[in-house]
Amino acid sequence: MTSRRPSGRTRAILTGVLGIVALMAVWELYKWLAPDGGVTVGGATVLPRASDTAMPHLWEMAERAGQPVNRSSSAVPLWRAVLEAGAFSFRVAAIGWLVGVVVGFLLAIVMQRFRTARSAVLPWVVLSQTVPLIALAPLVKGWGNKLEFGSFQWEPWMSVAVIASYLAFFPVAVGVLRGLGSPEAVHLDLMRSFGIGWWRTLWRLRLPASVPYLLPALRLAAANAVVGAVVAEVSTGLKGGLGRMIIEFSQAGSSDPAKAWAPIFGAVLVGLVAAGVVALIGLTLRRYRYAEVS
Amino acid sequence: MSTPNESTPVPAPTSTSGAAIAVEVTGVGRVFGGRSGAVTALDNVDLTVAAGEFVSLIGPSGCGKSTLMRLIADLDQPTSGTVTVFGKPASVARENHDYGIAFQQAGLLPWRTVQANIELPLELHGTGRAGRAERARELLALVGLSDFGGHLPSQLSGGMQQRVAIARSLAESPSLLLMDEPFGALDEMTRERLQTELLRIRAETGAAVVFVTHSIPEAVYLSDRVVVMSPRPGRVQQILTIGLGAAGDRGEGIREDVQFFDQVGAVREALHGIAPAGRGMDLR
Repeated sequence: MTSRRPSGRTRAILTGVLGIVALMAVWELYKWLAPDGGVTVGGATVLPRASDTAMPHLWEMAERAGQPVNRSSSAVPLWRAVLEAGAFSFRVAAIGWLVGVVVGFLLAIVMQRFRTARSAVLPWVVLSQTVPLIALAPLVKGWGNKLEFGSFQWEPWMSVAVIASYLAFFPVAVGVLRGLGSPEAVHLDLMRSFGIGWWRTLWRLRLPASVPYLLPALRLAAANAVVGAVVAEVSTGLKGGLGRMIIEFSQAGSSDPAKAWAPIFGAVLVGLVAAGVVALIGLTLRRYRYAEVS
Repeated sequence: MSTPNESTPVPAPTSTSGAAIAVEVTGVGRVFGGRSGAVTALDNVDLTVAAGEFVSLIGPSGCGKSTLMRLIADLDQPTSGTVTVFGKPASVARENHDYGIAFQQAGLLPWRTVQANIELPLELHGTGRAGRAERARELLALVGLSDFGGHLPSQLSGGMQQRVAIARSLAESPSLLLMDEPFGALDEMTRERLQTELLRIRAETGAAVVFVTHSIPEAVYLSDRVVVMSPRPGRVQQILTIGLGAAGDRGEGIREDVQFFDQVGAVREALHGIAPAGRGMDLR
């Protein structure tokens, strides 16, 4: 981590804003130039349609966000509905992220401690990510519904959180395992010469040394958890979040095309907030980020 | 041991048994097993280091000098033979924190300040906060880094980092220092300055030192005795007594001394007796 000069920071913000403006310009430019029906070559569409149904103007999207969700008299403005759904999805994703981080951490520590555990578990960890989410969702939901301890009742949102954690734990397990193994031989020799055991070496050396590997893993896990939560909401049919909203609004696509874009922006916002939270965590661990590994 | 004059510092006695012997290596062998067959790194090595004595291990690459030091530190175990440190098995000595150690790499924890790095061994062994800070201050003064306690290692030059590592190795006032080419990665100027500093520190602490190097002048300048080792398998070829006087009396001037050159020549001859002369030999 190099020290940030103020000019560097301003430049970063400027570049970010410029990027967004450029993206908006490309959208409108394409809509203006491309034929409404798109371009087809031999029956295959090579350029997407640019009609108002497929690509509403940006200002239409913005205007629509300010209007009520539907025609009922109690309807809240669309932007509020999206924010509420986003907050719901964010909560579920955050819980999934937390569970995933804890599980990933524990797995990494066990794998670091026992060579046999590493060779036994690591292939499964990698393999676990090849199972399609769509296949997993109904299974998790089914198992969850059978769970009952005393007064504890499995709530539908928990299935979504579990699926989000299933995607989140992977980068943490792999990243932290690499980080725990990152201390140099001289450091390990030194700890041994101090006569301290594995646990204290873990606490004093391996964990601090793993931070540069941990932070990118947390960032990846956050992105995975958000995607996992939104997709799992769709797969398990959970109401209240962005996933369900995306499906519902897109079904009303042809009559109200601008509306369908609102939850997508909501999902982007949730992703940004998640990334921001991880950045805050990174700030508190600044001391250990002597070398960032991505 | 060389014939020391009366001013030779007496080390603080930390052990009751074998008071005059710091390290005793008896019939030690170390064989590394590998896929391409076993490699004998050390074969039947005997060595005794008296309390307060400075002994250098020198030899071409692959002569097992670092391996021998690692066995004394109990960072590795011998295939045969025994290693005792202050009359105790090496593993017990390690767990009792009987020695301080420094390597070619400084090995400072980059997230800890210089002071916190020096305090680390004390912290791990339960010294209180005030006691640690006090000791760290003394040591920083000893290695001439009093103004750098709050710096991070990355803000220091290589030579300064190495001085911090030496300060850390001294944190618990050990009666034995193990050093594996601690100045090996430094430039010649820094190296000579730190050698003189090490002599001074050693005179002040009275610790025994086992010092691995492949520089002949360094070994001669620092040591009471120089152990010349030969490779494949690693054996003790010859042990030379240097006799340049007590550590505290050796100044930079000794490097120009006729006696110094004679001893350098003697060690060089002993090394050249090893056929073939190994690569990586530093004959400066």
